[in-house]
Amino acid sequence: MTTLLDVRDLHVTYRAAGGDVPAVRGVDLTVESGSVLGLAGESGSGKSTVALALLRLLPGTANTTGQILLEGEDVLTMRWGRLRAVRWMDAAIVFQGALHALNPVRRIGDQIAEPMLLHRTVASGRVRGRVAELLERVGIPASRAGDHPHRLSGGQRQRVMIAMALACEPRLIIADEATTALDVMIQAQVLELLWGLTSDQGIGMIMISHDLSVLAAHCDRLAVMYAGRVVEQGPAAEVVRDPAHPYASALSSAFPRIGDPASRLAPRGLAGEPPDPAAPPPGCVFRPRCARAQAVCATVDPPLYPVAPDHDGHSTRHAACVHVGPARAAERKEHP
Amino acid sequence: MSAPNGRDARAAPGPERATTPVPAGPAALAWRRRRVALAAFARSFARHRAGLVGLAALLAISALALTAPLFVDEAGLSITRAPGDPYEPPSRRYPLGTDNFGRSVLDLVVWGARVSLTVGFLATFVSVALGTVIGVAAGHFASSGGLAGRVVSTVLMRITDWFLVLPTLVLAVALAAVLPRGVGTIILAIGLTVWPPTARLVRAQTLAVEARPYVERARALGGGHAHVMAWHVLPNVMPVVLAQTTLLVATSIIAESTLSFLGMGDPATVSWGGILEAARNAGAISAGIWWYMIPPGLAIAVVALSFTLCGRAVESVLNPRLGEAR
Amino acid sequence: MTSTPTTTGEPAAQGPTGAFPARGRSGSGRLWRVLVYVSGKLLTAVVSLAAVVVAGFFLFRILPGDPVRAMTEGREVTAQQREELRRQFGLDQPLWQQFLDYCAGLARFDLGTSFQYREPVADLILERLGPTVLLAGTGTVVAALLGLFLGTRAGWRPGGRADRTHTAVALFLWSVPTFWLGLLLIVVLASGRGFVPGLFPTGGMVDPGVSGALDTVLNTAWHLVLPVATMVAVIYAQYLMIMRSSLMDEKGADYLTTARAKGLRDGLVRRRHAVPNALLPTVTLIFLNLGQVVSGVILVETVFSWPGLGQLFYSGLRVPDLGLVQGLFVVFAASVILMNLLADLVYPLLDPRVRP
Repeated sequence: MTTLLDVRDLHVTYRAAGGDVPAVRGVDLTVESGSVLGLAGESGSGKSTVALALLRLLPGTANTTGQILLEGEDVLTMRWGRLRAVRWMDAAIVFQGALHALNPVRRIGDQIAEPMLLHRTVASGRVRGRVAELLERVGIPASRAGDHPHRLSGGQRQRVMIAMALACEPRLIIADEATTALDVMIQAQVLELLWGLTSDQGIGMIMISHDLSVLAAHCDRLAVMYAGRVVEQGPAAEVVRDPAHPYASALSSAFPRIGDPASRLAPRGLAGEPPDPAAPPPGCVFRPRCARAQAVCATVDPPLYPVAPDHDGHSTRHAACVHVGPARAAERKEHP
Repeated sequence: MSAPNGRDARAAPGPERATTPVPAGPAALAWRRRRVALAAFARSFARHRAGLVGLAALLAISALALTAPLFVDEAGLSITRAPGDPYEPPSRRYPLGTDNFGRSVLDLVVWGARVSLTVGFLATFVSVALGTVIGVAAGHFASSGGLAGRVVSTVLMRITDWFLVLPTLVLAVALAAVLPRGVGTIILAIGLTVWPPTARLVRAQTLAVEARPYVERARALGGGHAHVMAWHVLPNVMPVVLAQTTLLVATSIIAESTLSFLGMGDPATVSWGGILEAARNAGAISAGIWWYMIPPGLAIAVVALSFTLCGRAVESVLNPRLGEAR
Repeated sequence: MTSTPTTTGEPAAQGPTGAFPARGRSGSGRLWRVLVYVSGKLLTAVVSLAAVVVAGFFLFRILPGDPVRAMTEGREVTAQQREELRRQFGLDQPLWQQFLDYCAGLARFDLGTSFQYREPVADLILERLGPTVLLAGTGTVVAALLGLFLGTRAGWRPGGRADRTHTAVALFLWSVPTFWLGLLLIVVLASGRGFVPGLFPTGGMVDPGVSGALDTVLNTAWHLVLPVATMVAVIYAQYLMIMRSSLMDEKGADYLTTARAKGLRDGLVRRRHAVPNALLPTVTLIFLNLGQVVSGVILVETVFSWPGLGQLFYSGLRVPDLGLVQGLFVVFAASVILMNLLADLVYPLLDPRVRP
């Protein structure tokens, strides 16, 4: 597997009238080709901002720094012409709320054909056939290409978005809450469809959702975001089963596991509200809501520490919590 | 909430209340809240430069119109006792020259401001009152009053749409043509024809207000239609009406000049449109007497523009979503 | 268009539009819905027209009290002549009989007789219809194109330099009375005084003595310049402001982010995605504001002595010739209502969302 996307120290700050509002504060992510990275967190945690920043789609009020290496090339320093060529050819996005993400006055066939004609991936004579093929692949009859978006159901629209994302055969697909607005049955269908794509064609994918159970089932790796930072990341199954960061465990216990009596008895949900991004608290940003907060948490803003490192200090999992880092190390010294 | 926006309502602060030794009565509290809201409104308005320029121009012109009798001799405005010779070009004595009777054009324009502004304000008042009543009623009965209410609301809106589509000028001219000539007729003709946009706007706002919980509570407590409309809907619709009023004065002043220009005005009074009509009838246009026709038209344009700038500033203060619409 | 190797070229300007014809949704259900929609709109228009007819009668027969006295005021007319006029206009009949006669006349396109011209009003109107349609049509089309184009430029970057300039100019022109702008253009460009020679005629449609098809067309076009310029200046401002705010509403739409993510250039995102959506509310508002075009035509024709309906209306007002004014009132109002009906019927073809 090769590294498809490598995000290093990504910061996004919105300039507003009342001062700068940091939305993303130092995020590192990697996506291997053919694998699925889940990005979890509550609304306002910066997930969607990350998604839009990957293709520089944020509005002019956003200031983005860091590195976004897409197949080794930094998206943030690209010229406009190159950036337009990379958009949809190398990375495509399946947006949340497909009713609004599709142009209401244009036929869906035209909207699917548009990127192919734009990037000249298909000769114009063969576009219709290719659109029909894409529609069939996501389970929509090709005869519906002439319909406008409002004629389709929510699930169909979401699948049209997926067909559109596949049009230029990108290496990376970013699915931003692609299934959130759908009912459970349709959601399962769409997820199966997306998941099948990565395994069949070796497409890398970032799946963004607030629904941890969905991510646990479909992702290889999982990153949990809180207040603009990744607070825990590692293999999806491990992060969900045995979260190291208090926020990740709160998020995990908010979704009951069937057949697990402990999850039924554990308190679900999380008291308090996410911090005001314009004025984050000092120290660890999660401290005001954290049940395990200590005095040190008010002063130290913890970086990502390895969880259960091997003797070389390497680990597949990381969490940004003093209980994982210095505190755990101290505990170990006391109780060898 | 009588504050123009949510932020200002929250800004009506506790600290001030805390400094009051005795708990103030509800009326006093309401007044203080209003005063704070007004101050916040003034602060936001002051950020709109174009709006400030418009406001300054309006204050200056209004002051000029009010004090006109102090420096304009009304006798000099009569045709028979005109002081100068016909068509004198601008000079030290007559800064804007004279008309075909030898009257000072500057004096005419200054005096004309009195009629034009009066008609503009009164016609706006008539149309805003009409539009508000119809809009509030149409909005209120659409959401309460059952089937009969919905019928009333629909009929009111159909009437509004009918007036909206109809050519305003044709209707106003027709009214002015068949009613006895005079300033009152002009006011009525304009007031009865330019209200539909106000009615639509007020209706939309009323529907929004009626959906708020406290209106529902008032209804549940047995508040009648009149009570709900007068006590709960009307105060909340006023900000929208204020912006609309400012914009409508501009429309009304242009309409007044147009009706006067078409010969519907009262020949005995001096208004800007009337001066232009006289200039055209006297052949000043084809003779190229620019000083006779440019000042009154420019006066109309400046006043209309000032009201428009003010109105847009008020609008964007009340509705920050319009943000950049300066 | 130059394109670097890394730049994706733009496909043909019209894009992939029309590659996918609408699926025929056959079935009587759809036909039924179309019928319901059309007949609903027709019914509304008929009711509006009936209201115009009633308003015309009320305004000109009932409101003035005695129309003949109103018309002959200040003239030397004997009582006998007044009686004669009353009979001629049917005013000696009871009101309900007058109303029925008036309605029956309208049904035959008989709008009564002009007091001033001693001719049927309908004939006068037909005679003058052509010049007005020419003037109003040219003015509206030019104003709409200009307003939509500049409104698109202004609304795409609100607060930018183009926006500030266009908005300022539009607001100023909107504040200027139509007739005064016309007078100003005459003084500056047509009267031939001062520095500028008389570039354009001061009024009229064709100079006397011009013959031959080409000469007539050229001469008419020459006469048309200033009146159209006046109309456009006053009307385009509204179209600009409507298009601007409509586009500003669309600017935050998600489908524009999709279009950008696909790699479309900014200009293409605007033209192909934002403008078609922003145009829809604009078209409706343009038709709703057609009444303003009528107002503009009346003033422009009056100022430029353009031999059309507006000037006829003005000449009727001066007398006053109530029969003529009434006929024109009904015609103006009815034409605006019919144009709106047309807009209602065409709109679903533009916006797939409201298609029945």
